[in-house]
Amino acid sequence: MQKYSGFGLLKHALSHHENWQRVWRNPKPKKHYDVIIVGGGGHGLATAYYLAKVHKVTNVAVIEKGYLGGGNTARNTTIVRSNYLWDEAAFLYEHAMKLWEGLAQDLNYNLMFSQRGVLNLGHTLQDMRDIERRVNANRLNGIDSVALDTAGVQKIVPIMDCTSRARYPILGASWQPRAGVARHDAVAWGFARAADALGVDLIQQCEVDDILMQNGNAVGVNTKQYGEIHADRIGCVVAGNSGVVAKMAGFELPVESHPLQALVSEPIRPILDTVVMSNQVHGYISQSDKGDLVIGAGIDGYNGYGQRGSYPTIEHTLQAIVEMFPIFSRVRMNRQWGGIVDTTPDACPIISDTPIGNLFFNCGWGTGGFKATPGSGHVFAETLAKGEANALAKPFSMFRFHNGALVDEHGAAGVAH
Amino acid sequence: MFYIHCPYCDEHREEEEFHAKGQAHIARPLDPDACTDEEWGNFLYFRANPRGIHHELWVHAAGCRKFFNITRDTQTYAILETYRLGEQPSVTSQS
Repeated sequence: MQKYSGFGLLKHALSHHENWQRVWRNPKPKKHYDVIIVGGGGHGLATAYYLAKVHKVTNVAVIEKGYLGGGNTARNTTIVRSNYLWDEAAFLYEHAMKLWEGLAQDLNYNLMFSQRGVLNLGHTLQDMRDIERRVNANRLNGIDSVALDTAGVQKIVPIMDCTSRARYPILGASWQPRAGVARHDAVAWGFARAADALGVDLIQQCEVDDILMQNGNAVGVNTKQYGEIHADRIGCVVAGNSGVVAKMAGFELPVESHPLQALVSEPIRPILDTVVMSNQVHGYISQSDKGDLVIGAGIDGYNGYGQRGSYPTIEHTLQAIVEMFPIFSRVRMNRQWGGIVDTTPDACPIISDTPIGNLFFNCGWGTGGFKATPGSGHVFAETLAKGEANALAKPFSMFRFHNGALVDEHGAAGVAH
Repeated sequence: MFYIHCPYCDEHREEEEFHAKGQAHIARPLDPDACTDEEWGNFLYFRANPRGIHHELWVHAAGCRKFFNITRDTQTYAILETYRLGEQPSVTSQS
């Protein structure tokens, strides 16, 4: 793999940037792999990378029906944070946060990771009590977190309407300084390039349409383009389509797929240098390096696979944004899109073995998977390499919905749902 | 934007008057005390999530406030029929 550096940029400038090495190969699949990962989004690619790097399992294929990072990885609002309430979730997301902090160097790829801080606003007394509780829980778990009052919030975001005249006055916020944003595409590309360099086969435009079974164990996948591909272990990281793939193997997952949408405005000059989220009025906003305001919305209430959202949700979200930022009332929106998120009843992911031998699932990240990308890949790689769940992943078994040990993050953390 | 026919009002109304309430036709176990953990878990948490024809419970929240069912394609978002509680769908994934 060609190493990227400032010097390399200068060197290639001399040949008009025409001789850059391809970022990854485009191989034909082999007949057999040690591990097949179904789904070439951020989480799948991260899993492949850590399998090869940490566990030295390099005979790995990532099978993607579209193109790499073309699903939810390309559709989220790029927020990274780890201020979750419950220990199990906090450990998992903080594990990801620690990996984020050295990831660009590790992958030799500019992820534009910017720790610009995230505010989770409180608009009611109950919001503020929940924020206090969560901030204290975070600090006990070693996660940086501060509870701010109105003046503290106004100081960080001078353009926000923090007056008591607002319909839902801002009473304070939780503030995680280490949180921030990262360039979503670059995360997928960085992991893909690094995994490819370690020998992982990235197979794009290859759709899995069946899981091959033998005596209750999964032994491979059938693909539309290349027929059967066998493997010792299979990991499915297919987000919104998890239920569809599980059905191929003959079991059900406790996930429901919903459209979640986001939108960006026309590019404007730098005006917002942090991330602002509000559960109460339900909207979140940051500004990309390109200058567009990146705005996130809630999920649509109904199930759907259509990768587009409903108009009432957009309207609701923009009402919330304009309520908080009257200054943005005449900014025009440029693009709007939807991704299909697989939500679980307790709003926590599923990183788990399944009723089928040698078949593992990493899914159910719902509305907040992007922030966990490296951590999710790291723990799922260990699960796939050893055949059993890593200590961080253990509480997120799919069987918790039968034994009752849920990790009830829903509404408890500053999760925007 | 959905344009939904409420089978009680017998009128088409806009999506904003309604709320989706999840999968339809979920029957509470007849003998709850005899259920295994697995049966309870399935009843509480496991929902059909088809890519295609789906039967859903909706409520006409800003209208007659009655619950009713919709058969809808989750991929094309086409509404195939709406019907009252207690009735069976005439469009299913088999037909």
